[in-house]
Amino acid sequence: MTTVQTKGPREKLASRTAAMIIMGVSTLYFLVPIWWLFISSTKDRADFGSTAGLWFADFNLFENIGALAAYNDGVYFRWMLNSILYAGAGALLGTLFAAMAGYALAKYHFPGREIVFNVVLGGVLVPATALALPLFLIFSQFNATNTFWSVFLPSLVSPFGVYLARIFAAASVPDELLEAARLDGSGEIRTFFTVSRRLMTPALVTIFLFQFVAIWNNFFLPLIMLRDQEFFPVTLGLYAWNTQVNQIPEIRTLVIVGAFLSIIPLIIAFLSLQRFWRGGLGAGSVK
Amino acid sequence: MQITNRKRIVALGVLATLTLAGCSTTAGGDTAAADCAPADGKVELTFTSWIPGIEDVVDIWNEKNPDIQVTVQTGPNGNGGTYKNFFNQLSAGNAPDLGQIEYDALPNFRVQDGLENIAACEGVLDSKDQFIDWTWNQVTFGEDEAVYAVPQDTGPMALYYRADLFEAAGIPVPTTWDEYAAAAVTIREQGGYITNFPQNDVNWFAGLVWQAGGQWFSNDGDAWDVTLESDESVKVADYWQGLIEDDLVSKVPAWTDEWNNAYNTGSDWTWISAVWGANSISSGAPDTAGNWAVAPMPQWNAGENAAGNWGGSSTAVLKGSDHPYEAAQFALWLNTDPEALTALNQGANLYPATKEGLKLPVLADGVEFYGDQPIYDVFAEAAAQTNPDFVWGPTMTQTYADVADGFGGVLGGSGTLAEALKTGQSKTIQALEAAAIPVKK
Repeated sequence: MTTVQTKGPREKLASRTAAMIIMGVSTLYFLVPIWWLFISSTKDRADFGSTAGLWFADFNLFENIGALAAYNDGVYFRWMLNSILYAGAGALLGTLFAAMAGYALAKYHFPGREIVFNVVLGGVLVPATALALPLFLIFSQFNATNTFWSVFLPSLVSPFGVYLARIFAAASVPDELLEAARLDGSGEIRTFFTVSRRLMTPALVTIFLFQFVAIWNNFFLPLIMLRDQEFFPVTLGLYAWNTQVNQIPEIRTLVIVGAFLSIIPLIIAFLSLQRFWRGGLGAGSVK
Repeated sequence: MQITNRKRIVALGVLATLTLAGCSTTAGGDTAAADCAPADGKVELTFTSWIPGIEDVVDIWNEKNPDIQVTVQTGPNGNGGTYKNFFNQLSAGNAPDLGQIEYDALPNFRVQDGLENIAACEGVLDSKDQFIDWTWNQVTFGEDEAVYAVPQDTGPMALYYRADLFEAAGIPVPTTWDEYAAAAVTIREQGGYITNFPQNDVNWFAGLVWQAGGQWFSNDGDAWDVTLESDESVKVADYWQGLIEDDLVSKVPAWTDEWNNAYNTGSDWTWISAVWGANSISSGAPDTAGNWAVAPMPQWNAGENAAGNWGGSSTAVLKGSDHPYEAAQFALWLNTDPEALTALNQGANLYPATKEGLKLPVLADGVEFYGDQPIYDVFAEAAAQTNPDFVWGPTMTQTYADVADGFGGVLGGSGTLAEALKTGQSKTIQALEAAAIPVKK
């Protein structure tokens, strides 16, 4: 977002050029793999190996999608649905919990508040991968591995979301407003949902997006927990297929077109929620 | 700490029985073939396998055996995560009844006590003669009264070559490694490469050592002997070192587009590979259809008949299964029944581990991609010529990784293959000692 405004301080041509070059290179760096993925998913198996990677050969995208839908009774789309469910519902509930926890930590004074917050902050530092195996053993105790819940429940927790929600609630929800709401007879829960939540919306969108992407890309937990492919998210399913490529080379095309389709929901989520996000970051910076 | 202790105990348990196995049939401790009786009533089993289309094969069984219903669970291939999952599940006590385990991973499961001994289950010991000799040794570890898995498929090796190019260049099909090296020179003069040396397919290299009569591990009952530097192993390493130094083989990473392309454009002329490689070529090099043929592996001495093996898996009954009897019956059916073997071959290109399986009608026909040559005849012969005594070690993943590191250095221009084996040797010994598995010095 470095649009140069006419009234802002004039940048030197050299620094502007340098910035443009750096941005151009990064854009290229991030977009070329996606371009490659798109191009590759339009090729049939023969063209894939024998034609240039970054330009079209015969356009077979729809044939490939058809093959993907037919393979294994269309299990791929089941995986996509699973992923959308894990990530969508998980991020929604996770955002709600994070918002409530962060809001409570920011707006209520109670003994041990800082300790709770510090513990949550500590949780930010523990990578999800490190928790997968302990979670597996815990879920094993309840015979709950290889179920929808074994992946869904751990996804609801987002220490980073709590952290973000607290910072944002402290900055954007004025105590006076809460006071006024209380005077008008609104309960705490009602105040949270009608007043505070609205003020916190930019942060909530951010948390939702982060959480959505984190769950969508979470690979290790499902890998350890799940054995029935009907529960697989799309990441695990594609990975499993990819390990079979040596045995069944035909799958390679399906893995590629599947990977391409699997990034579309992420792109949609980002594009449609992006403006909230920008508003959020802007609001923080003006303050 | 706890885990280490457990491993040590189990390792010693294994060794104790290996020692006993030599002189008597008494088996002690955890390796005793437990009683294996059928259960009353209906039994439900879980089976984890990453074979594509395995569900369809299992459906055949389920239809015929209403009282033993098998549910397929799946995941990535063994080293891609399923083996780790098995070990996690074994320690959590919820492993599936049956699991697919490749031969080179079986010793690791055995050492960590992850396998059920199904020797006492009806029909298991009697099935020995049905299987190709070397596969049976893989699942028994040479112990008496012990069977830890049922062999499923194999990967006998042969020489895939571009028949059209060889004929046009007037090169006879190499029958010995010397002829192969000579052919490499001629092919290089014509601008091609005879084949490719893969950095990461260390188990391919092990297959070549296997053919040469060498092996990387053995177990005398007291300790593991690590012999990555055996004479045969070094002989194979020096041979390929020579080809690499003279720029007679290409160095493209295997299984990449570049590698496929080298075959598709006729730049690489041969591939010494396993039976399942037939499919890799036909899909990776579609433009060369009809131009390939298969011959037995080149030999170290003219007139010999030795073959190597690359890959293959077994169906193991995992420790803690409540129904080892039914699980064993299913595993036997899956890997011996002609209908099952045919389905596995058609669905996933599995090449049977039984002697009868090699005569399946689906394996008798000529293959169009290979100029209608009945290529499976060559592999059936190779399967019978594979040294039955080859033994894998308990830490193959680590050994592969360390040797592959060294191979990578060679392809990058530093070190030799023999040095890579030397490093692999010492790192493997370190890994075994770290896991408290006794090693012979």
